Amino acid sequence: MFAMDLSATVLCCTPSYAAYLGERMKELGYGPDDIPLKAGIFGAEAWSEEMRKDIEKTLGIKAFDIYGLTELSGPGVAFECSAQSGMHINEDHFIAEIIDPDTEEVLPEGSVGELVFTAVDKEAFPMIRYRTKDICKLTREKCSCGRTHIKMAKPMGRSDDMLIIRGVNVFPSQIETVLMNNGYAANYQIIVDRVNNTDTFDVQVEMTPEMFTDNIGEIEARQRKLSDDLKAMLGIKAKVSLLAPKSIARSEGKAVRVVDKRKI
Amino acid sequence: MSVKQISVFLENKPGALKKMTGVLAGHEIDMRALSMVETRDFGIARIIVDDPISAVNVLKEADFVSNLNSVLVVEIPDEPGGLDKLINIFADAEVNIEYMYAVSGHKSTKSACMIFRVADTKAAEARLVSKGLKILTQDDVMKI
Repeated sequence: MFAMDLSATVLCCTPSYAAYLGERMKELGYGPDDIPLKAGIFGAEAWSEEMRKDIEKTLGIKAFDIYGLTELSGPGVAFECSAQSGMHINEDHFIAEIIDPDTEEVLPEGSVGELVFTAVDKEAFPMIRYRTKDICKLTREKCSCGRTHIKMAKPMGRSDDMLIIRGVNVFPSQIETVLMNNGYAANYQIIVDRVNNTDTFDVQVEMTPEMFTDNIGEIEARQRKLSDDLKAMLGIKAKVSLLAPKSIARSEGKAVRVVDKRKI
Repeated sequence: MSVKQISVFLENKPGALKKMTGVLAGHEIDMRALSMVETRDFGIARIIVDDPISAVNVLKEADFVSNLNSVLVVEIPDEPGGLDKLINIFADAEVNIEYMYAVSGHKSTKSACMIFRVADTKAAEARLVSKGLKILTQDDVMKI
Protein backbone atom coordinates (compact mmCIF):
# COMPACT_ATOMS: atom_id res chain seq x y z
CA MET A 1 0.00 0.00 0.00
CA PHE A 2 1.89 2.85 -1.51
CA ALA A 3 -0.48 5.51 -0.14
CA MET A 4 0.26 4.31 3.41
CA ASP A 5 4.03 4.16 2.91
CA LEU A 6 4.13 7.72 1.62
CA SER A 7 1.46 9.03 4.01
CA ALA A 8 -0.48 10.38 1.03
CA THR A 9 -3.45 12.52 2.01
CA VAL A 10 -5.00 13.22 -1.42
CA LEU A 11 -5.82 10.77 -4.19
CA CYS A 12 -6.30 11.88 -7.82
CA CYS A 13 -7.65 9.36 -10.31
CA THR A 14 -10.81 8.24 -12.09
CA PRO A 15 -13.77 7.51 -9.78
CA SER A 16 -13.88 3.90 -10.96
CA TYR A 17 -10.24 3.42 -10.00
CA ALA A 18 -10.94 4.92 -6.56
CA ALA A 19 -13.84 2.48 -6.17
CA TYR A 20 -11.52 -0.35 -7.18
CA LEU A 21 -8.92 0.74 -4.60
CA GLY A 22 -11.67 0.76 -1.98
CA GLU A 23 -12.63 -2.80 -2.87
CA ARG A 24 -9.02 -3.98 -2.77
CA MET A 25 -8.57 -2.35 0.64
CA LYS A 26 -11.58 -4.22 1.97
CA GLU A 27 -10.21 -7.47 0.56
CA LEU A 28 -6.86 -6.88 2.24
CA GLY A 29 -8.62 -6.17 5.51
CA TYR A 30 -7.97 -2.41 5.71
CA GLY A 31 -10.61 0.04 6.86
CA PRO A 32 -10.93 3.78 6.17
CA ASP A 33 -9.06 4.60 9.39
CA ASP A 34 -6.00 2.62 8.34
CA ILE A 35 -5.03 4.99 5.54
CA PRO A 36 -3.93 8.63 5.80
CA LEU A 37 -6.09 9.82 2.86
CA LYS A 38 -8.31 12.82 3.59
CA ALA A 39 -9.66 13.80 0.20
CA GLY A 40 -9.95 12.60 -3.38
CA ILE A 41 -10.16 14.46 -6.68
CA PHE A 42 -11.88 12.30 -9.25
CA GLY A 43 -12.66 12.99 -12.87
CA ALA A 44 -12.27 11.99 -16.53
CA GLU A 45 -15.47 9.95 -16.52
CA ALA A 46 -19.09 10.21 -15.45
CA TRP A 47 -19.94 9.15 -11.91
CA SER A 48 -23.03 9.33 -9.73
CA GLU A 49 -23.81 10.68 -6.27
CA GLU A 50 -24.25 7.08 -5.11
CA MET A 51 -20.74 6.30 -6.28
CA ARG A 52 -19.44 9.36 -4.45
CA LYS A 53 -21.06 8.21 -1.20
CA ASP A 54 -19.69 4.73 -1.70
CA ILE A 55 -16.12 5.97 -2.29
CA GLU A 56 -16.31 8.39 0.63
CA LYS A 57 -17.42 5.58 2.93
CA THR A 58 -14.91 2.92 1.88
CA LEU A 59 -11.89 5.25 1.72
CA GLY A 60 -12.97 7.53 4.59
CA ILE A 61 -12.43 10.69 2.52
CA LYS A 62 -14.29 13.61 0.98
CA ALA A 63 -14.61 13.01 -2.77
CA PHE A 64 -14.60 15.96 -5.18
CA ASP A 65 -15.41 16.13 -8.87
CA ILE A 66 -13.05 17.79 -11.34
CA TYR A 67 -13.62 18.78 -14.95
CA GLY A 68 -11.11 19.58 -17.62
CA LEU A 69 -10.21 18.96 -21.21
CA THR A 70 -6.83 18.57 -22.81
CA GLU A 71 -7.45 21.33 -25.35
CA LEU A 72 -7.95 23.94 -22.63
CA SER A 73 -5.60 23.11 -19.81
CA GLY A 74 -6.18 19.49 -18.99
CA PRO A 75 -7.48 19.19 -15.44
CA GLY A 76 -8.27 22.44 -13.66
CA VAL A 77 -11.03 23.96 -15.77
CA ALA A 78 -13.64 23.48 -13.07
CA PHE A 79 -13.54 21.98 -9.61
CA GLU A 80 -15.93 21.28 -6.78
CA CYS A 81 -15.83 23.18 -3.51
CA SER A 82 -16.72 22.01 -0.01
CA ALA A 83 -20.43 22.33 -0.89
CA GLN A 84 -20.07 19.41 -3.36
CA SER A 85 -22.95 20.74 -5.42
CA GLY A 86 -21.46 21.50 -8.83
CA MET A 87 -18.07 22.61 -10.12
CA HIS A 88 -16.87 26.20 -9.99
CA ILE A 89 -15.40 27.18 -13.34
CA ASN A 90 -12.12 29.10 -13.07
CA GLU A 91 -13.59 32.17 -14.72
CA ASP A 92 -10.41 34.19 -14.39
CA HIS A 93 -9.03 31.87 -17.09
CA PHE A 94 -12.07 30.64 -19.01
CA ILE A 95 -15.34 32.18 -20.21
CA ALA A 96 -18.08 29.54 -20.22
CA GLU A 97 -21.26 29.61 -22.31
CA ILE A 98 -24.06 27.16 -23.04
CA ILE A 99 -25.24 26.91 -26.65
CA ASP A 100 -27.86 24.99 -28.55
CA PRO A 101 -25.72 22.37 -30.37
CA ASP A 102 -27.93 22.54 -33.47
CA THR A 103 -28.48 26.30 -33.92
CA GLU A 104 -25.25 27.34 -32.10
CA GLU A 105 -27.26 30.10 -30.36
CA VAL A 106 -26.16 31.06 -26.85
CA LEU A 107 -28.79 29.94 -24.33
CA PRO A 108 -29.83 31.76 -21.14
CA GLU A 109 -28.42 30.77 -17.75
CA GLY A 110 -29.85 27.55 -16.39
CA SER A 111 -30.54 26.03 -19.83
CA VAL A 112 -29.26 22.60 -20.77
CA GLY A 113 -27.02 22.69 -23.83
CA GLU A 114 -23.47 22.29 -25.10
CA LEU A 115 -20.70 23.79 -23.02
CA VAL A 116 -18.45 26.22 -24.89
CA PHE A 117 -15.21 27.74 -23.60
CA THR A 118 -13.08 30.72 -24.49
CA ALA A 119 -9.62 30.77 -22.95
CA VAL A 120 -8.74 34.24 -21.67
CA ASP A 121 -5.02 33.89 -21.06
CA LYS A 122 -3.81 31.15 -23.35
CA GLU A 123 -1.24 32.51 -25.79
CA ALA A 124 0.34 29.85 -27.99
CA PHE A 125 -2.88 27.85 -28.40
CA PRO A 126 -5.80 30.23 -28.25
CA MET A 127 -9.32 28.87 -27.89
CA ILE A 128 -12.30 30.98 -28.83
CA ARG A 129 -15.76 29.57 -28.25
CA TYR A 130 -14.40 26.05 -28.30
CA ARG A 131 -17.17 23.46 -28.39
CA THR A 132 -16.63 20.74 -25.77
CA LYS A 133 -19.52 18.60 -27.07
CA ASP A 134 -20.38 18.04 -23.40
CA ILE A 135 -24.03 18.65 -22.58
CA CYS A 136 -24.56 20.38 -19.24
CA LYS A 137 -26.03 23.35 -17.35
CA LEU A 138 -24.48 26.52 -15.86
CA THR A 139 -25.79 28.42 -12.83
CA ARG A 140 -24.58 31.64 -11.25
CA GLU A 141 -25.83 31.87 -7.72
CA LYS A 142 -23.84 32.57 -4.61
CA CYS A 143 -22.40 29.33 -3.32
CA SER A 144 -22.43 28.39 0.37
CA CYS A 145 -18.62 28.27 0.17
CA GLY A 146 -18.59 32.00 -0.56
CA ARG A 147 -17.36 31.84 -4.14
CA THR A 148 -19.23 33.66 -6.89
CA HIS A 149 -17.67 31.80 -9.83
CA ILE A 150 -20.20 30.26 -12.19
CA LYS A 151 -20.98 26.64 -11.43
CA MET A 152 -21.37 23.82 -13.93
CA ALA A 153 -23.41 20.67 -13.30
CA LYS A 154 -21.95 17.26 -14.08
CA PRO A 155 -21.98 16.75 -17.87
CA MET A 156 -25.12 14.78 -18.75
CA GLY A 157 -24.04 13.48 -22.13
CA ARG A 158 -22.40 14.31 -25.42
CA SER A 159 -23.58 16.09 -28.53
CA ASP A 160 -21.42 13.77 -30.67
CA ASP A 161 -20.99 9.99 -30.55
CA MET A 162 -17.89 9.97 -28.35
CA LEU A 163 -17.98 7.50 -25.48
CA ILE A 164 -15.97 7.76 -22.31
CA ILE A 165 -15.06 4.26 -21.21
CA ARG A 166 -12.91 3.81 -18.09
CA GLY A 167 -11.91 7.43 -18.44
CA VAL A 168 -10.73 7.01 -22.04
CA ASN A 169 -12.32 8.81 -25.00
CA VAL A 170 -13.54 6.33 -27.60
CA PHE A 171 -15.07 7.13 -30.99
CA PRO A 172 -17.05 4.38 -32.75
CA SER A 173 -15.23 5.29 -35.98
CA GLN A 174 -11.93 4.13 -34.43
CA ILE A 175 -13.46 0.74 -33.71
CA GLU A 176 -14.82 0.58 -37.24
CA THR A 177 -11.34 1.20 -38.68
CA VAL A 178 -9.87 -1.68 -36.67
CA LEU A 179 -12.67 -4.03 -37.72
CA MET A 180 -12.23 -3.21 -41.40
CA ASN A 181 -8.45 -3.63 -41.15
CA ASN A 182 -9.02 -7.09 -39.70
CA GLY A 183 -11.37 -8.13 -42.49
CA TYR A 184 -14.58 -8.01 -40.48
CA ALA A 185 -17.81 -6.54 -41.80
CA ALA A 186 -18.71 -3.00 -40.83
CA ASN A 187 -21.82 -4.21 -39.08
CA TYR A 188 -20.92 -4.13 -35.41
CA GLN A 189 -22.29 -3.05 -32.07
CA ILE A 190 -20.56 -1.61 -29.05
CA ILE A 191 -22.10 -2.54 -25.71
CA VAL A 192 -21.00 -0.48 -22.72
CA ASP A 193 -22.17 -1.26 -19.20
CA ARG A 194 -20.99 -0.70 -15.67
CA VAL A 195 -20.52 -3.70 -13.40
CA ASN A 196 -19.17 -3.22 -9.86
CA ASN A 197 -18.23 0.38 -10.61
CA THR A 198 -16.09 -0.61 -13.61
CA ASP A 199 -17.07 -0.04 -17.22
CA THR A 200 -17.42 -3.13 -19.36
CA PHE A 201 -16.72 -2.72 -23.06
CA ASP A 202 -17.93 -5.36 -25.52
CA VAL A 203 -17.46 -5.17 -29.25
CA GLN A 204 -19.79 -7.51 -31.10
CA VAL A 205 -19.08 -8.43 -34.70
CA GLU A 206 -20.80 -10.79 -37.05
CA MET A 207 -19.06 -13.86 -38.40
CA THR A 208 -18.61 -13.75 -42.17
CA PRO A 209 -17.98 -16.60 -44.65
CA GLU A 210 -14.53 -15.10 -45.31
CA MET A 211 -13.58 -15.15 -41.62
CA PHE A 212 -14.99 -18.58 -40.84
CA THR A 213 -12.89 -21.72 -40.74
CA ASP A 214 -13.43 -25.19 -39.33
CA ASN A 215 -10.42 -24.60 -37.06
CA ILE A 216 -11.53 -23.23 -33.70
CA GLY A 217 -7.98 -22.24 -32.72
CA GLU A 218 -7.67 -20.09 -35.81
CA ILE A 219 -10.97 -18.31 -35.10
CA GLU A 220 -9.91 -17.64 -31.53
CA ALA A 221 -6.51 -16.36 -32.66
CA ARG A 222 -8.28 -13.86 -34.94
CA GLN A 223 -10.54 -12.87 -32.07
CA ARG A 224 -7.45 -12.20 -29.92
CA LYS A 225 -5.76 -10.23 -32.68
CA LEU A 226 -8.85 -8.05 -33.02
CA SER A 227 -8.87 -7.47 -29.27
CA ASP A 228 -5.15 -6.59 -29.32
CA ASP A 229 -5.59 -4.20 -32.25
CA LEU A 230 -8.49 -2.47 -30.47
CA LYS A 231 -6.31 -2.07 -27.39
CA ALA A 232 -3.50 -0.61 -29.50
CA MET A 233 -5.91 1.85 -31.14
CA LEU A 234 -7.97 2.86 -28.11
CA GLY A 235 -5.72 2.22 -25.14
CA ILE A 236 -8.32 0.10 -23.37
CA LYS A 237 -9.20 -3.56 -23.56
CA ALA A 238 -12.41 -4.68 -25.23
CA LYS A 239 -14.11 -8.04 -25.10
CA VAL A 240 -14.70 -9.23 -28.65
CA SER A 241 -17.74 -11.43 -29.28
CA LEU A 242 -18.48 -13.17 -32.56
CA LEU A 243 -22.15 -13.34 -33.43
CA ALA A 244 -24.14 -15.21 -36.03
CA PRO A 245 -24.62 -13.39 -39.37
CA LYS A 246 -27.48 -10.87 -39.45
CA SER A 247 -27.95 -11.09 -35.68
CA ILE A 248 -27.10 -7.41 -35.20
CA ALA A 249 -30.24 -5.44 -36.01
CA ARG A 250 -30.12 -3.50 -39.25
CA SER A 251 -31.92 -0.28 -38.65
CA GLU A 252 -33.68 1.54 -41.43
CA GLY A 253 -32.12 4.91 -40.82
CA LYS A 254 -29.05 5.47 -38.72
CA ALA A 255 -27.53 2.22 -37.51
CA VAL A 256 -27.46 1.71 -33.75
CA ARG A 257 -23.76 1.20 -33.19
CA VAL A 258 -23.61 1.98 -29.51
CA VAL A 259 -25.69 0.53 -26.71
CA ASP A 260 -24.78 2.28 -23.48
CA LYS A 261 -26.44 0.49 -20.58
CA ARG A 262 -24.62 2.46 -17.86
CA LYS A 263 -26.93 4.02 -15.33
CA ILE A 264 -25.01 6.92 -13.86
CA MET B 1 -12.13 -41.14 -51.00
CA SER B 2 -12.81 -38.52 -48.41
CA VAL B 3 -16.25 -37.58 -47.19
CA LYS B 4 -17.73 -34.06 -47.16
CA GLN B 5 -18.34 -32.56 -43.77
CA ILE B 6 -20.15 -29.26 -43.14
CA SER B 7 -18.90 -27.00 -40.34
CA VAL B 8 -21.49 -24.50 -39.13
CA PHE B 9 -20.76 -21.44 -36.98
CA LEU B 10 -23.14 -21.20 -34.03
CA GLU B 11 -23.43 -18.64 -31.28
CA ASN B 12 -23.20 -20.16 -27.83
CA LYS B 13 -26.72 -19.24 -26.75
CA PRO B 14 -30.07 -20.92 -26.28
CA GLY B 15 -31.87 -21.58 -29.55
CA ALA B 16 -28.83 -21.36 -31.85
CA LEU B 17 -28.64 -25.11 -32.43
CA LYS B 18 -32.43 -25.39 -32.69
CA LYS B 19 -32.40 -22.92 -35.57
CA MET B 20 -29.89 -25.09 -37.45
CA THR B 21 -31.66 -28.40 -36.82
CA GLY B 22 -34.93 -26.70 -37.79
CA VAL B 23 -33.53 -25.65 -41.18
CA LEU B 24 -32.16 -29.13 -41.88
CA ALA B 25 -35.41 -30.80 -40.79
CA GLY B 26 -37.45 -28.38 -42.92
CA HIS B 27 -35.52 -29.46 -46.00
CA GLU B 28 -35.57 -33.15 -45.09
CA ILE B 29 -31.81 -33.36 -44.86
CA ASP B 30 -30.67 -36.53 -43.16
CA MET B 31 -27.75 -36.27 -40.73
CA ARG B 32 -25.39 -39.20 -40.48
CA ALA B 33 -23.01 -37.76 -37.93
CA LEU B 34 -22.83 -34.74 -35.66
CA SER B 35 -20.12 -33.33 -33.45
CA MET B 36 -20.14 -30.09 -31.49
CA VAL B 37 -17.19 -28.07 -30.25
CA GLU B 38 -17.59 -24.96 -28.21
CA THR B 39 -15.70 -22.03 -26.76
CA ARG B 40 -17.07 -19.58 -24.25
CA ASP B 41 -19.09 -17.60 -26.75
CA PHE B 42 -19.34 -19.57 -29.96
CA GLY B 43 -19.32 -23.10 -31.23
CA ILE B 44 -18.97 -25.11 -34.40
CA ALA B 45 -21.36 -27.90 -35.36
CA ARG B 46 -19.75 -30.45 -37.66
CA ILE B 47 -22.20 -32.56 -39.56
CA ILE B 48 -22.18 -35.23 -42.25
CA VAL B 49 -25.40 -35.34 -44.26
CA ASP B 50 -26.90 -37.22 -47.18
CA ASP B 51 -26.83 -34.17 -49.48
CA PRO B 52 -24.01 -31.80 -48.49
CA ILE B 53 -24.43 -29.32 -51.36
CA SER B 54 -28.14 -28.75 -50.69
CA ALA B 55 -27.44 -28.54 -46.97
CA VAL B 56 -24.85 -25.79 -47.45
CA ASN B 57 -27.26 -23.88 -49.70
CA VAL B 58 -30.23 -24.04 -47.36
CA LEU B 59 -28.04 -23.07 -44.41
CA LYS B 60 -26.74 -20.08 -46.34
CA GLU B 61 -30.29 -19.00 -47.19
CA ALA B 62 -31.08 -19.15 -43.48
CA ASP B 63 -28.10 -16.80 -42.76
CA PHE B 64 -25.74 -19.41 -41.37
CA VAL B 65 -22.02 -19.22 -42.02
CA SER B 66 -20.71 -22.66 -42.89
CA ASN B 67 -18.03 -24.34 -44.94
CA LEU B 68 -17.55 -27.63 -46.65
CA ASN B 69 -14.42 -29.62 -45.85
CA SER B 70 -13.08 -33.14 -46.21
CA VAL B 71 -12.79 -35.77 -43.52
CA LEU B 72 -11.67 -39.37 -43.52
CA VAL B 73 -14.23 -41.94 -42.37
CA VAL B 74 -13.17 -45.40 -41.28
CA GLU B 75 -15.36 -48.28 -40.16
CA ILE B 76 -14.18 -50.26 -37.15
CA PRO B 77 -15.62 -53.26 -35.33
CA ASP B 78 -17.68 -52.07 -32.35
CA GLU B 79 -15.75 -54.11 -29.77
CA PRO B 80 -13.01 -53.59 -27.16
CA GLY B 81 -9.70 -52.69 -28.83
CA GLY B 82 -11.36 -51.68 -32.12
CA LEU B 83 -10.28 -48.06 -31.90
CA ASP B 84 -6.86 -48.92 -30.54
CA LYS B 85 -6.02 -50.97 -33.63
CA LEU B 86 -7.14 -48.16 -35.90
CA ILE B 87 -5.18 -45.47 -34.05
CA ASN B 88 -2.11 -47.69 -34.25
CA ILE B 89 -2.32 -47.50 -38.02
CA PHE B 90 -2.52 -43.69 -37.86
CA ALA B 91 0.56 -43.66 -35.64
CA ASP B 92 2.43 -46.03 -37.97
CA ALA B 93 1.53 -43.88 -40.97
CA GLU B 94 2.58 -40.76 -39.01
CA VAL B 95 -0.73 -39.05 -39.67
CA ASN B 96 -1.51 -36.27 -37.21
CA ILE B 97 -5.17 -36.02 -36.22
CA GLU B 98 -6.56 -32.50 -35.86
CA TYR B 99 -9.76 -33.76 -34.34
CA MET B 100 -11.98 -36.82 -34.49
CA TYR B 101 -15.37 -38.06 -33.44
CA ALA B 102 -17.30 -41.28 -33.42
CA VAL B 103 -20.62 -42.51 -34.75
CA SER B 104 -21.82 -45.89 -33.61
CA GLY B 105 -23.31 -48.03 -36.34
CA HIS B 106 -26.32 -50.30 -36.33
CA LYS B 107 -26.40 -53.11 -33.82
CA SER B 108 -26.79 -55.60 -36.66
CA THR B 109 -23.52 -54.65 -38.36
CA LYS B 110 -21.59 -54.50 -35.06
CA SER B 111 -19.51 -51.67 -36.38
CA ALA B 112 -18.83 -48.02 -35.61
CA CYS B 113 -17.51 -45.18 -37.75
CA MET B 114 -14.61 -42.96 -36.79
CA ILE B 115 -14.38 -39.58 -38.46
CA PHE B 116 -10.98 -37.91 -38.71
CA ARG B 117 -9.92 -34.42 -39.69
CA VAL B 118 -6.28 -34.19 -40.76
CA ALA B 119 -4.16 -31.40 -42.21
CA ASP B 120 -3.62 -32.90 -45.67
CA THR B 121 -6.49 -35.25 -46.41
CA LYS B 122 -5.15 -36.65 -49.69
CA ALA B 123 -1.62 -37.36 -48.43
CA ALA B 124 -2.95 -38.89 -45.22
CA GLU B 125 -5.37 -41.06 -47.13
CA ALA B 126 -2.61 -42.39 -49.39
CA ARG B 127 -0.43 -43.28 -46.42
CA LEU B 128 -3.28 -44.94 -44.51
CA VAL B 129 -4.36 -46.97 -47.55
CA SER B 130 -0.79 -48.16 -48.03
CA LYS B 131 -0.99 -49.52 -44.46
CA GLY B 132 -4.00 -51.55 -45.50
CA LEU B 133 -6.78 -49.31 -44.15
CA LYS B 134 -10.13 -48.99 -45.93
CA ILE B 135 -11.39 -45.42 -46.12
CA LEU B 136 -15.13 -45.05 -46.66
CA THR B 137 -16.63 -43.07 -49.53
CA GLN B 138 -19.60 -40.73 -49.42
CA ASP B 139 -21.78 -43.55 -50.76
CA ASP B 140 -20.51 -46.00 -48.13
CA VAL B 141 -21.36 -43.52 -45.39
CA MET B 142 -24.91 -43.15 -46.68
CA LYS B 143 -25.37 -46.91 -46.43
CA ILE B 144 -24.43 -47.08 -42.77
